Amino acid sequence: MIYLIFAYFCLSTVGISIMALTRKNPVHAVLWLLLLFLHIAVIYLFLNAEFLAMVQVIVYAGAILVMFLFTIFLIGAKELPKHKRYTSLFEGRLLVGLSLTATFIAVFSSAEAKYKGKYTIGYIQEVGNVKSVGMMLFNEYSLALLILGVILLIPMIAVVVLAWRRGDDTP
Amino acid sequence: MIPLEAYLALAGLIFSIGLISILINRNLIVIFISLEVMLAGVNLALVALSHYMNDIRGQVLAIFSIAVAAGSVAVGLSLLVAYFNLEKNVDIEALSKLKEE
Repeated sequence: MIYLIFAYFCLSTVGISIMALTRKNPVHAVLWLLLLFLHIAVIYLFLNAEFLAMVQVIVYAGAILVMFLFTIFLIGAKELPKHKRYTSLFEGRLLVGLSLTATFIAVFSSAEAKYKGKYTIGYIQEVGNVKSVGMMLFNEYSLALLILGVILLIPMIAVVVLAWRRGDDTP
Repeated sequence: MIPLEAYLALAGLIFSIGLISILINRNLIVIFISLEVMLAGVNLALVALSHYMNDIRGQVLAIFSIAVAAGSVAVGLSLLVAYFNLEKNVDIEALSKLKEE
């Protein structure tokens, strides 16, 4: 049964990502992307990562996709000038991409987890997933977390500077 | 028990779909969307390895990756809006303002 559910999520994830990237209308593409992120959140639940599944839904589906939709509405994607869909050198680029795909699949399907840490399934079930992630995040990676706060501050300033429309209409 | 290779192959496949889309598409919005698909593949690989290696650091790294991705997408989309205000176009093959004529 679990194999059947996992097979459904594998196939639908691949299918949805192809559907998302082949839509002509960008709004449809973003909505397919929302479906893709929900499926990926369920795959995180397969891997006992409940906190990350919720972060995926809240941050990606809630924040980033809304940002995409606002951008599409701001630039008015319907009124874009028509141009060809794909780049020049289409076949060559597709060949490079397909060979990279074959390399990834060949490398990843022969990987094995040799290292075993102390956070076993039993330990995480006893302590709790959120608590064990938080202990690691706030003890061992506390400096990285502070730097992450600065990294999230910089885009805020950058967005204000870049999207500012000045009164004298200079670009 | 689902093997680790299944998760990693799925992650690689999602990453490659995004990569091919970045390589062949001309529309900047579609390129940003495929960037998100690639990031989803990378995070899936991190979480799968974290589960099978019994180590929670993979999930912590995935949280960092999600946060940095949110910041970088914000900068990218605001650059896109600024470029659109300048040129009224999002075609990457027309993006040649810096090229010497």
